Amino acid sequence: MIEAKNVSKTFGDHQVLKNVSVKFEKGKNNLIIGQSGSGKTVLMKCLVGLYEVDKGKILFDDRNFSKMSFAEMKEIRQEIGMLFQGGALFDSMTVEENVMFPLSMFTRQTLEERRDRANFCLSRVNIVNSNKLYPSELSGGMKKRVAIARAISNHPKYLFCDEPNSGLDPKTANVIDKLINEITQEYNITTVINTHDMNSVIEIGDKISYIYEGQLWWEGDKTTIMHTDNKELNDFVFATELTRKLRK
Amino acid sequence: MLRHLGQYLLLMIQVFKKPEKKSIYLNRIFFEMDKLGLDSIGIVAFISLFVGAVLTIQMAFNIDSPIVPIYTIGFATRKSIILEFAPTIISLILAGKVGSRIASEIGTMRVTEQIDALEIMGVNPATYLIFPKIIASMVFNPLLILMSIALAILGGWLSGLFSGLVGSYEYVYGIQFQFQMYDVTYAMIKTVVFAFLITSISGYFGYYTKGGSLEVGEASTRAVVVSSVNIIIFNLLLTNLLLA
Repeated sequence: MIEAKNVSKTFGDHQVLKNVSVKFEKGKNNLIIGQSGSGKTVLMKCLVGLYEVDKGKILFDDRNFSKMSFAEMKEIRQEIGMLFQGGALFDSMTVEENVMFPLSMFTRQTLEERRDRANFCLSRVNIVNSNKLYPSELSGGMKKRVAIARAISNHPKYLFCDEPNSGLDPKTANVIDKLINEITQEYNITTVINTHDMNSVIEIGDKISYIYEGQLWWEGDKTTIMHTDNKELNDFVFATELTRKLRK
Repeated sequence: MLRHLGQYLLLMIQVFKKPEKKSIYLNRIFFEMDKLGLDSIGIVAFISLFVGAVLTIQMAFNIDSPIVPIYTIGFATRKSIILEFAPTIISLILAGKVGSRIASEIGTMRVTEQIDALEIMGVNPATYLIFPKIIASMVFNPLLILMSIALAILGGWLSGLFSGLVGSYEYVYGIQFQFQMYDVTYAMIKTVVFAFLITSISGYFGYYTKGGSLEVGEASTRAVVVSSVNIIIFNLLLTNLLLA
């Protein structure tokens, strides 16, 4: 389980996160939703340690991540897999090298073992015969799937996904959602997903945290979100004609 | 400026932290030698050959006196090439070629979140990205400069020969005349310092890039300008320290 306790973060004189306390449960898809600029990306960056929190703490299974030294942080980071919005695959490496990278850096596995693991992870995300391709030769959906394969290659306990569906067509977005859901169930990991895609909310929202103007405004799941009377959340969720019709 | 200096020094502390896995870093050093060093051979060779040729012709026209022996052309060409042209001018060219490459590569990695990805995996991105480039350049650039010296002297010999301004015997005698090994040592010391400046400054500007493609371009330009200015300043300092 990952827990953020009273987390605040300010940039200059603009307070982006205001005393946010939220729990992300193991074996569930924990979604952080909110409008652009609401602070959800900052929250995720605080969770993974890319931003230092001004106030409050981040706990990974009761281990205080925000108070750790670089070396201690490194140990927890090896338990983290992250899927970035654009994939963040290393341009100079092939697909296979990208997936093997965490194993090459942090394990004593032989090349053969690393290659086997990379092939397993790639087949798990339905990528075949693309091992020698470079990221520039992949489509958006393939990049995301390779990034998922890289994120799971070193058996993470925590998986973070930042806008996993951005820039993808609805069908591919659905494939990515299902893949993340399957991996979360299969490996029983704590998955935190940052999204404003309502399809993801309806498909895989086991636990949903709505961030509004830097504050945790609402918590629930994919069922309760459809019947809430929270005005700000309703304005966000039912902003389109399609979702309004769906509600009716 | 002080803020940049402080940030640069802090980055260098990060860069020289213990690498996670030595074998990976060794491979990366060889990879960078290929990309930063071997890929520069063509341009360094071309410029050295032609500048050496031009230097000899200019020397011949300027030392056109019956009391100055003709072999002085070879002697002066050699001195200019070893002391200044090869280590300083070639380093300035490398600052343009290698510096912009480093800044744009690392800058692009920053804006596409590849550096964040490294950090989240538990890799020290500053060491992983910048350290191999610094070591590769500090090892390979002296070889490039030695090659540059040899080719520039060869270019001078060829131009003297084909223009008829200096005979082969006089030129060869001139380049051997009062040869001091310390001149080469001085050139190598300057080269190693300049290699460090080029790679670390370019790495710094790339590493702290914020924004998008426009900012990557700006970082690349600033890396070249600041590296070049530092090469010129350190050239004066090192010359004073080593020759004065």
